[in-house]
Amino acid sequence: MEKKNKIVDTILVICLLLLAAAYVYPILMIVINSFKAESAISTGTIFQLPTKETFVGIANFIKALTLNGFFKSFMYSLVITITSVGAILVFCSMCAWYIVRVKSKFSKFLYYLFVFSMVVPFQMVMFTLSQTADQLGLNTPFNIFIIYLGFGAGLAVFMFTGFMASVPLEIEEASMIDGCNPIQTFFLVVFPILKPTMISVGILEAMWVWNDFLLPNLVLDIKKYRTIPMLIQYFKGSYGKVEMGPMMASIVLTVIPIIIVYIIGQKYIIKGVASGAVKG
Amino acid sequence: MEKEIKKWGPVFYIPTFLAFIIGFIVPFFEGLYLSLCKFTTVKNAKFIGFSNFIYALKDETFVNAFIFTLKYAIVAIVLINVIAFVLALLLTRKLKFTNFFRTIFFMPNLIGGVVLGYIWQILINCFLTIISKPLLALNATAGYWGLVVLMCWQQIGYMMIIYIAGLQNISEEVLEAAKIDGANSWQTLWKVKIPMVMSSFTICMFLTLTNSFKLFDQNLALTAGQPFHQTEMLAYNIYDTFYFRSGPQWKGYGQAKAVIFCILVVIISFAQLKASKDKEMQ
Amino acid sequence: MKKLLVVLLTVLMCLTLGACGSKEGSSDEAGSVYYLNFKPEADEAWKNLAAAYTAETGVKVEVVTAASGTYEETLMSEIGKSSAPTLFQVNGPIGLANWKDYCYDLSGTDFYSNLTSEAFALKENGEALAVAYLTESYGLICNKTLLAQAGYTVEDIKSFADLKRVAEDITARSAELGFAAFTSAGMDGSSDWRFKTHLANLPLYFEYQADGVGSKTELTGAYLDNYRAIWDLYINNSTCEPAALSGKTGDDSRNEFLNGQAVFFQNGSWEYNNLNGTYGDDELQMLPIYVGAGDEANQGLCTGTENYICVNKEASAANVQATLDFLNWLVTSEKGTTALANDMGFVIPFKNAVESPNLFVKQDNAYTAEGKTPVSWNFTTMPSESWKNEVGTALTNYAANQTDDNWAIVVDKFVNNWAAEYAMK
Repeated sequence: MEKKNKIVDTILVICLLLLAAAYVYPILMIVINSFKAESAISTGTIFQLPTKETFVGIANFIKALTLNGFFKSFMYSLVITITSVGAILVFCSMCAWYIVRVKSKFSKFLYYLFVFSMVVPFQMVMFTLSQTADQLGLNTPFNIFIIYLGFGAGLAVFMFTGFMASVPLEIEEASMIDGCNPIQTFFLVVFPILKPTMISVGILEAMWVWNDFLLPNLVLDIKKYRTIPMLIQYFKGSYGKVEMGPMMASIVLTVIPIIIVYIIGQKYIIKGVASGAVKG
Repeated sequence: MEKEIKKWGPVFYIPTFLAFIIGFIVPFFEGLYLSLCKFTTVKNAKFIGFSNFIYALKDETFVNAFIFTLKYAIVAIVLINVIAFVLALLLTRKLKFTNFFRTIFFMPNLIGGVVLGYIWQILINCFLTIISKPLLALNATAGYWGLVVLMCWQQIGYMMIIYIAGLQNISEEVLEAAKIDGANSWQTLWKVKIPMVMSSFTICMFLTLTNSFKLFDQNLALTAGQPFHQTEMLAYNIYDTFYFRSGPQWKGYGQAKAVIFCILVVIISFAQLKASKDKEMQ
Repeated sequence: MKKLLVVLLTVLMCLTLGACGSKEGSSDEAGSVYYLNFKPEADEAWKNLAAAYTAETGVKVEVVTAASGTYEETLMSEIGKSSAPTLFQVNGPIGLANWKDYCYDLSGTDFYSNLTSEAFALKENGEALAVAYLTESYGLICNKTLLAQAGYTVEDIKSFADLKRVAEDITARSAELGFAAFTSAGMDGSSDWRFKTHLANLPLYFEYQADGVGSKTELTGAYLDNYRAIWDLYINNSTCEPAALSGKTGDDSRNEFLNGQAVFFQNGSWEYNNLNGTYGDDELQMLPIYVGAGDEANQGLCTGTENYICVNKEASAANVQATLDFLNWLVTSEKGTTALANDMGFVIPFKNAVESPNLFVKQDNAYTAEGKTPVSWNFTTMPSESWKNEVGTALTNYAANQTDDNWAIVVDKFVNNWAAEYAMK
């Protein structure tokens, strides 16, 4: 029995390894091409490894990094992502808890309103959102998170309510009986239990905000602020010329922080789940 | 307890709700109004009534885009969820390299946007050349499957993580109990694991559904609707109406299409949500 | 007590949210300029020029460049904002239709009086709503070194028949020569405009010429056979199989030319900066695109513009004035004109223009000096992007399978879609 399992496991691992290779391939292509000279990146040669003539080392990366305001844009993107994701996680989980725990017409209404916002295409609101944001002055990297909180609330609330339904009521009740008010109960008891969910929602939202081009392009005061995805677009010229080398390099650069965050987050997922299991 | 929370309610929902009003409700209703207008920008909108809707419904490309979106959504939802769930099962089995695999499968989510579409376009075109079939720009079938593969590749990892979270929430005791009762692994899967991850399932189904209907970036990058609007999805069709036509009337048509789109997606997704919620209750 | 706490907490949270959203007031009584630029490649040069103007006059000039392919949506969103662009651009009469409500009448301004010809303005009811701020040329860029290796010179190409003879001879001997006649006529989105728009301008131009008009709502398609002939020549004497064209990009085509894989490269004067690092001026010549129509002996390059500048009339009076002053400075001052010519490589249709260092521009001037007539850019009258896209797909489809039936699709899209789109206006 043990032995048979081991064989099955090995076969599975091999299958997964193959799948993983197929998965990484397109990403690898970006990385490989980020080291190639401009003229060597075309549809016919994109699969080729860099040769002696076409290998340019980190020149593309340097070009990307020295691009007008790369560092500034990076900071803006970072600020926007952190504030937006932070606000979404805290406020939406609070809102979701209210919706799950209070069974009233209003909470039902709220829930369906949020779910409804998830299915509305961005095109529907894209003309009007920038006006509203402009009128309220929500057009800097430091307050655009309000727009993200509003626009991203649907997904977050939906996911939190989904998971919260399985959080046992008893612990909360016990804490309330112990004299905690709902705020304390939420932050001291519910919040820690939600950690794994927080991280999966957080990653999804972070990915969205970090890579988003259209919303900041329409909402931000573009005279002063550019985010990384906006900056990358400047490698494309008006007559169809694309500086593929630096573009690939800057994509690699922007993905690195996310991978780091993800790897750190993953550790917490496992930890969080383990502690959750003890309590549950 | 419910009463207590209710009393404190505003603290919990007001911040989100306020931002929601700014970020969604107001623009949404303004957008609704715009669909009844002729406009170049929001400021110079002129009310013209329902004529935009009449045009939008008569537009063949819009109807085709709806059919194409539907065809895509059904296949993509099934494929993504099945594969993601199988992967989640495998990666909660304590295999070797589990963490490595989780990271790898999740990675495509980390890169957004157009360059990915470009890379995939080259990959698929290369593949089509090898099997000597017409390339993407002339091959609606390849465009369709290309989109399906690209989206599977991008979304499976994301859904997989949600399933993993669900699976890991099943307590060891329940699984032990099942084992003691003599359930084999197949029975445990169907009788214990799947019912226990129903909430993950609802979430994933709904996410893939809305993602499929709202799909835009990848559509733009991979096929841009070629050939002749045949691989155009709803969101892209609206975009095309907004920007690839000239004359102020088109903006209104596009906005009307967006409203129709909303209504369609709301009907479909709520039906689906209700169906899977009912399942969850059982 | 509890209730009070609830209220307090709620108010506090709203305040934290609200505090971040406070609006900064900006009242520039002196007026300032906000230019929404269309050309990403000129972004830096514009910013430097703006800084120079500010240093000289103290007037604030902000330049923002819309990312490639997003100009229209960026403009739409920006122009509705509290600090809207005072200066923006449209691509011709079709683009102007969307924006004419926002265009200030430029006639009578100093800037306008410096134009070399009123033909560079787009007028409606006597109002000059948009003014061309640069002209460009396109044609067949030729690698003279390779052409010489094949045994020809540019003097041998004076008509479509000549071009066809040379190109087909190169193709016949391509294995021995090691290069092809034309770079790939890529139909990927980054390159297809060269054929669905720029090449399609030629049949359009000759039809307009024959009828003596500047635009038409219905076409006869009289010169589409010439369009087919030149397209056949491009795709069958190229670096790649015609069926592979749909995936080829603009970069592919340029790289082929830079790597010496082909003699001819259809593109425009804007490519000069991408080519002059590899080739010297004596190695390049831009030839007219001959299609076997009209007076070929006197045909020049395709020269025109799709860059028209507009001043936002909804802007405050001070800002409009500041913008007009800035425009006038651009086209009259030494700093402005030199920067436009040298840093951005633009040829501006204004009296004080500085001669451009761009080789292709010089060649265009030489053709005109020889008495050749430039082919005007009539593609600005094409009804919409959607029309262009459909013609493009039909061309790609035909390239993959060159039958009469497939060409009939191109003709159908070209002629019937044109009429249909104009009927909807």
